Amino acid sequence: MDKKIVATTSLAGCFGCHMSVLDIDERILDLIELVEFNKSPIDDIKTFTKHCDIGIVEGGCATSENVHVLKEFRKNCSTLIALGECAIMGGLPALRNNIPITECLEEAYLNGLTTKDNNPDRILPNDEEIPMMLDRVYPIRELVKVDFFLPGCPPTADLIWNALTALILGKEMDLPYEVIRYD
Amino acid sequence: MAKIVTFSIDGQKCMAEEGQYLVDAAETNGVYIPTLCNMTGVPPQGSCRVCSVKINGKLTTACTTKVSEGMEVINESEEIQDLRKAIIELLFAEGNHFCPSCEQSGNCELQALAYRFQVLVPRFPYLFPERDIEASNPKLFKDHNRSILCKRCIRAITDERGRRLFAFGKRGDRIGISIDTKLAANISDELADRAAEVCPVGAIIRKGRGFAVPIGQRRYDGQPIGADVEQAK
Repeated sequence: MDKKIVATTSLAGCFGCHMSVLDIDERILDLIELVEFNKSPIDDIKTFTKHCDIGIVEGGCATSENVHVLKEFRKNCSTLIALGECAIMGGLPALRNNIPITECLEEAYLNGLTTKDNNPDRILPNDEEIPMMLDRVYPIRELVKVDFFLPGCPPTADLIWNALTALILGKEMDLPYEVIRYD
Repeated sequence: MAKIVTFSIDGQKCMAEEGQYLVDAAETNGVYIPTLCNMTGVPPQGSCRVCSVKINGKLTTACTTKVSEGMEVINESEEIQDLRKAIIELLFAEGNHFCPSCEQSGNCELQALAYRFQVLVPRFPYLFPERDIEASNPKLFKDHNRSILCKRCIRAITDERGRRLFAFGKRGDRIGISIDTKLAANISDELADRAAEVCPVGAIIRKGRGFAVPIGQRRYDGQPIGADVEQAK
């Protein structure tokens, strides 16, 4: 059997979901027999070098760069998985969804306890190299079609393992009670 | 003694006292019918519809229906399970349910139902409604982002003189739970505990407690909601 090609990324996430991928422990040796990683922070490949079978996306979309990467993933991956609460519903970054973006930036860079005395010129980040923040944090399925959703913060290692093996081996996914968690 | 009636749930023969509500009657027969707005000892209101069943072919709520002789109840069909799942998903999409940062996570009935029904993602888009929080009360913290408007706090919580602590304020999509601030300022610790306890989600939280039970030991970490009813069979 040819190895399936997997790409992963973290958008507006904390890398906790990627840590949970590593939390499959010694099964990672079995996984590496089944898959080859392409663009991913795990192997530090920065751009897609071939079409991938499975794209795993952690985090929602909070910036213009997140949207760009997400669209690249959709274009280059046959199957797209939303991994974790942030990818599914925005997660904790989406707590800002009802606060105007100006207020968020002012709190972070002008009025916050650690910044108010250290930003005498009252500068908000404005370099064109810095991605623009979006008006709110978007669950990824609001921007691209997503094929599968794995909830959790982070998703349990068993949920990730069960989903990946089911997808790779073309069998039905095992979903015991303990693997679905939202926290 | 009350008259005993016989009825069936999914073809299984059951017996109960006449006049018992169907959810309670099912429980005594070891059958779990999921509920959310319902509470033992408080008159039912049938607002959340999670306990929907088919009785003699008609869809209705099991918490407000009393058992009667020869009643034929369908509890487990694919149609009903999907209807219940859709209701749970609607509640998640309609509010701001940030489980990872919620004190009630692991003890939350809404979350537990979603686990039981294997909700991986709601089929509806998230609304991210604008909701307020109220932290002025000395003992209770109200986070309206998490409220599912089940009215359990309104119905179950009164002070020693029978005065209600909670009420609905506003109407339509702006409706919310409001606290009688004067009454609530002087409530006992026991009543404050009880108020937080009747809330199925984390909308009413006891102050100064936070994440009291470690992950792994919380109410729904080990077994699904309703498993106790099914195991008692």
